[in-house]
Amino acid sequence: MLQLKIIISTFLVMIVTSLLAQESQMVAIKRGAYVPLYGTKDKKPVEVDAFSMDVYPVTNAQFLAFIKKRPEFSRSKMKGIFAEKSYLSHWESEFNYGKNNLSNAPITNVSWFVAKKYCECQGKRLPTMDEWEYVAMADEKRADARSKEEFNNYILSWYEKPKTFVNPVGKTFKNYWGVYDMHGLVWEWTSDFNSIFLSGESRKDKDTDKNLFCGSGSVNASDLMNYAAFMRYGFRASLKARFTTRNLGFRCAKDLK
Amino acid sequence: MKKLILGLMMILLGLQGCNSNKNVNNSSTAKGISDLSIYNLPSKWTNQDGKTLEMKEMKGKVLVMVMIYTSCKSACPRLVADMRNIESRLPENIKKNVKLVLVSIDPTVDTPERLKAFSIENKMDADQWVFLRSTEENTREFAAVLAVNYKKISPMDFSHSNIISVFNAEGELAYQQEGLGVNSDETIKKITEEAEKLN
Repeated sequence: MLQLKIIISTFLVMIVTSLLAQESQMVAIKRGAYVPLYGTKDKKPVEVDAFSMDVYPVTNAQFLAFIKKRPEFSRSKMKGIFAEKSYLSHWESEFNYGKNNLSNAPITNVSWFVAKKYCECQGKRLPTMDEWEYVAMADEKRADARSKEEFNNYILSWYEKPKTFVNPVGKTFKNYWGVYDMHGLVWEWTSDFNSIFLSGESRKDKDTDKNLFCGSGSVNASDLMNYAAFMRYGFRASLKARFTTRNLGFRCAKDLK
Repeated sequence: MKKLILGLMMILLGLQGCNSNKNVNNSSTAKGISDLSIYNLPSKWTNQDGKTLEMKEMKGKVLVMVMIYTSCKSACPRLVADMRNIESRLPENIKKNVKLVLVSIDPTVDTPERLKAFSIENKMDADQWVFLRSTEENTREFAAVLAVNYKKISPMDFSHSNIISVFNAEGELAYQQEGLGVNSDETIKKITEEAEKLN
């Protein structure tokens, strides 16, 4: 009987540790519709189904645990087609993020391919751009704070702040959904980042483009919010899947069953 | 007792969602495939004859690839025309070394049957023409490799980049032609160059 207890408790410990190692906290996001600020056709609302989203971006420590399990994603094994040379270049060595990087700082310098694999490995996926933007329009109190001037000022002032990527996760505000760090820490990969047209290839998007640049003279809250969204879409449009940059991380999402 | 241990073991294994069975496979099959090769992609595709294949089964040929969807009325017919034009201008002695591949960005509509019908309608039903479709996810990933952007803008319509890519026999990107109805001289030169190496 004692033996049985030992076996059971050993397994429980193992289960708990294995859970802790992989499962990062998620929250449920309710379904809804929103009008994306940029990159949409005739400003029609986009439906976003209920899903769950990681509360925090993936951290150095979590990413290291992943690489240890899947060494083919380590720096030396990484294939050029999946990530450029700067992949994880801020880490001290292959399996060590080093003293200069906090364990709970967001992982950056990761390509879209690797971010995608990481999420798949957790039984999750990258959020779509619409899901990401939908969650990102919330401030502390409301699901859609985009017309609020302070909210836009907060986002835009972050865009000017250097090196926020060294900060630990969870230190910016907790939004309406219970999600942290959508603004103020790092930029994040989305599954369909390569669905943006800013070059005028899609006429529908170009109209919005024109609206943005040939708008009225005075700057109001909606100009600010357009500008903030334009920055994000512009950044995404400039990316290629193998790119890695120091201020670009990711978090995972999952369908709600 | 044994059952209990077995049960707990199963639970534990189930929690290790990220097993590396796959990568054993990957690394062994990836042998002889260069770092920058598209043949590193493990995704499975279906061609116009309903046959399942991986990209690497086309290794050893020069590939000319484009992403389209068959219900497209605006850009794709011109992209398809560009592909046909490129094919018709290839020197005879290298044609056997070249595959022209059209990848669908609309896998729900573009079934193998539909791709087959499209290939016949457009007189692209000879051996050198390959039409492929896969899951939405694999398609998105493949587009990412080609740096092709696309977006569904209505139930029947997509925006997409007009890029024709040339891959050498190793599956490494050799050249990309951007735009519609552009001069294909440089593309043809590059294909010929790569394909002659195989003669």
